[in-house]
Amino acid sequence: MDRREFLKTSGALVVSFAAPVTPVLAQSGKPPLVPGELDSWIAVLPNGNVQAFFGKMDMGQGLDVAVAQIVAEELDVGFDKVAVFMGDTGSSCNQGGASGSTGVSNGARLMRRAAAEARRVLVDRAAEKLGAPAAQLRVEDGIVMGPQGKTTYAELIGGRYFNHKVEWNKQTGNPMDISVPAKPKAPAEYKVVGKPLPRRDVAWKVFGTDGFVTDVRVPGMLHARVIRPPRAACKVRGIDESSIKAIRGARVIREKDFVAVVAPKEWDAVRAAQKLKVDWEPLDAPFPAMDQLYDHIRGAKVVKRQDEVKKGDIAAGFNAPGVKVVEAQYEWPFQSHASMGPACAVAEVKDGSCTVWTGSQKPHFVRDGVARLLELPPEKVRAIWVTGPGSYGRNDAGDAALDAAYLSKVTGKPVRVQGMRADGTAWDPKGPACVHRARAALDRSGKVVAYEFISKGFSRQHIATNESQPADSLIGQAMGVAPKPNQIFGTPAESYGFENKLLGWETIPQFVEHCSPLRTSHFRDPVGPEIHFGSEQFIDELAQAAGEDPVAFRLRYLTEPRHAAVVKAVAEKSGWSSLGKGKGIAFAERNGTAVAVIAQVEVDRASGRVWARKFWVAHDCGLIISPEILRTTIEGNVVQGLSRTLFEEVRFDRDSVLSVDWASYPILDMGDAPESIEVVLINHPEIAPSGAGEPTIRVIPAAVANAFFSATGVRLRRAPLNPERVKAALLRA
Amino acid sequence: MATYRFTVDGKRVSVDAQPEMPLLYALRNDLGLNNPHFGCGLAQCGACTVHLDGEPVRSCVLPVSAAANKKVTTIAGLGTPEKPHPLQAAYVAEGVPQCGYCINGWVMTAAAALKKNPKASDAELRDALAGLKCRCGTHVAIMRAIKRAQNEMV
Repeated sequence: MDRREFLKTSGALVVSFAAPVTPVLAQSGKPPLVPGELDSWIAVLPNGNVQAFFGKMDMGQGLDVAVAQIVAEELDVGFDKVAVFMGDTGSSCNQGGASGSTGVSNGARLMRRAAAEARRVLVDRAAEKLGAPAAQLRVEDGIVMGPQGKTTYAELIGGRYFNHKVEWNKQTGNPMDISVPAKPKAPAEYKVVGKPLPRRDVAWKVFGTDGFVTDVRVPGMLHARVIRPPRAACKVRGIDESSIKAIRGARVIREKDFVAVVAPKEWDAVRAAQKLKVDWEPLDAPFPAMDQLYDHIRGAKVVKRQDEVKKGDIAAGFNAPGVKVVEAQYEWPFQSHASMGPACAVAEVKDGSCTVWTGSQKPHFVRDGVARLLELPPEKVRAIWVTGPGSYGRNDAGDAALDAAYLSKVTGKPVRVQGMRADGTAWDPKGPACVHRARAALDRSGKVVAYEFISKGFSRQHIATNESQPADSLIGQAMGVAPKPNQIFGTPAESYGFENKLLGWETIPQFVEHCSPLRTSHFRDPVGPEIHFGSEQFIDELAQAAGEDPVAFRLRYLTEPRHAAVVKAVAEKSGWSSLGKGKGIAFAERNGTAVAVIAQVEVDRASGRVWARKFWVAHDCGLIISPEILRTTIEGNVVQGLSRTLFEEVRFDRDSVLSVDWASYPILDMGDAPESIEVVLINHPEIAPSGAGEPTIRVIPAAVANAFFSATGVRLRRAPLNPERVKAALLRA
Repeated sequence: MATYRFTVDGKRVSVDAQPEMPLLYALRNDLGLNNPHFGCGLAQCGACTVHLDGEPVRSCVLPVSAAANKKVTTIAGLGTPEKPHPLQAAYVAEGVPQCGYCINGWVMTAAAALKKNPKASDAELRDALAGLKCRCGTHVAIMRAIKRAQNEMV
């Protein structure tokens, strides 16, 4: 069952968007949508097809396929019979949205239990109906067969509710869990899980037969553009509304420092936004000069420090006689989500309730944020996630959703908001700029006797990772609500068994609290690429100081067998020892997933161009649910990671972000794409699946930088490795 | 305001608009098409690409007046699920897109490039696709799909 078949059969969701219909069984008697009800997770239609209601969502990597595989497996129905509904607060519980690559590890765990429990309940009912003990029944594709006679899920429950409780741990978001008496299958029994099954969203995207959130159209809707300040944290002194009077139907909406234009026609809203004269009162140079950024970070006051790993006696290691001390610092810039299209949302406030269509990867939190902003009870707000123009964390989608809701309330009409390019590049929350200080001591034999890695930078959560509080949105801040930044960074994730070891981090104050285009929040693998760009280069620097091969050096110190296994696997796959110059390795762990990457680069000394021509990846995320989807997810990580390594850097002056479009925020072009990415998938059916949406991206920067060193003998400790910087470094060398 | 007549995916249409309004807004709003997409409004990414008399153009900057009396083809007119263009079939077979918002740029540009040069080499393809953006990083899969389509087309 694909998305469109569902729409035809249930008359719901996307096509007109005029009348949202909850995609569940229609008749009365529905238990409340709470995690403790089995009906909140699974429904069986009269024809035996199955609906699974998932509180996380797929960002284009195929998570829904993995969920359908798991549900089909546990229920013993065909994969094609399972439709997965994601991210509609009217039909799913708040499982935290897309978050931390936990779609399978965390989100699908609940779906697995719910499906197993649904099967148990149905088999029990079949046992009663067929007069045979449940143990003697088996299920094939929704048909329950006994020694004498059979029945079907459709007959047993089709079109009706289970009205069956499951045990909910009373948590919301990522920690939400349920437990059930049913025992899910053992991996050895899997028939659907582990199969390479195709994605379900490819065809409609390729043929243009269905829509993105940008294609949601509600009859009578107005088009809006929000006017972000030209510089950081500006206040509005005044607006010359006559500047748009020539544009028919266009009007200004202003509340404190929030300014927007609305018009019946989108092009008129765009023109009005371009023409509107706003008198902004700028702050006095809130940012340092861009070339002072890393000195600023080094010298900044520490707001919070945390030493996450502290082992042995660091000082004794450094002070031991005859040790060689190796030191280095690595620098990483602000980076933008720069999603493929600026965010869009459509909202309709009507009769004391609000429906909002959003591309935010956390629609349940959109519901909560809209409810707070509009002062409505949360149950009066329904947020419906619709595929957006790319999402890798807390991008501009969270702002657009609240903007649309507010504008609909004020205008009394449905409102569609979409940003212009600068809203997605200059005004999205950024990945934090940071400096990493690494220091280690080696004894005469080359053994590491002290190791210290401290990251210092802007917190990764100047604003929260979701938009449930208006203070964490631009509209909330423009209306005067102050954000309360969470102080958090991170440390390298590895198992190097250095006896004396310290891994820690320090955060520094934001430049501007309110409405800053350099506000930070989560961007794919928050602080992962940033930290491991430093830590995994430093491991290579230590290997060099010890006179050892980088692969052998890692294998000497890695203490977790699964970590060592990916390093060995990638070295073997790439023919490491015979690769010659220009190759580099990096390894990291992420919440249970181990990944090692080898990059091979060619460097054009004249132009400074680095071409990472080949990649090899070894990836272990425990049990593999869907291998082809896993492979393409890893590929996307490699290429997006390469783009961030080679090109991406948010530019700014003393009060503005200057990266406003693809010319001023370049990303990887086809000419710079790798020629090949070979992936080794290590399957561990006995280990619960961990995430795959992000782990690979964290090892790409260091693998490329290590390969660059191998090719040129020059260390690049500041990202990105763009042609200008490479050329300058090679000239200096 | 003026009236502009042209064809979109084989159908005759007319749009009343200011002459400088980009074709994209006519396609999306006046004609209600879901494709193409607004990505940048600056002809820097390709998400809005359509064919104008067979040539790929960025509809986010092309004035609607420039489409008058011409043939516009969108990705939905390039092929259909029943009769896919070889590139669309290859995209499905390879499972190329992730978020998929960039897809018009790659498919429409590659379709035009393959029409001119069906046996284009890797390097020629990379040149032909220069300037297009894909934020999810599906570039390697895109190249696989184009090569698959090339094999189908010979």
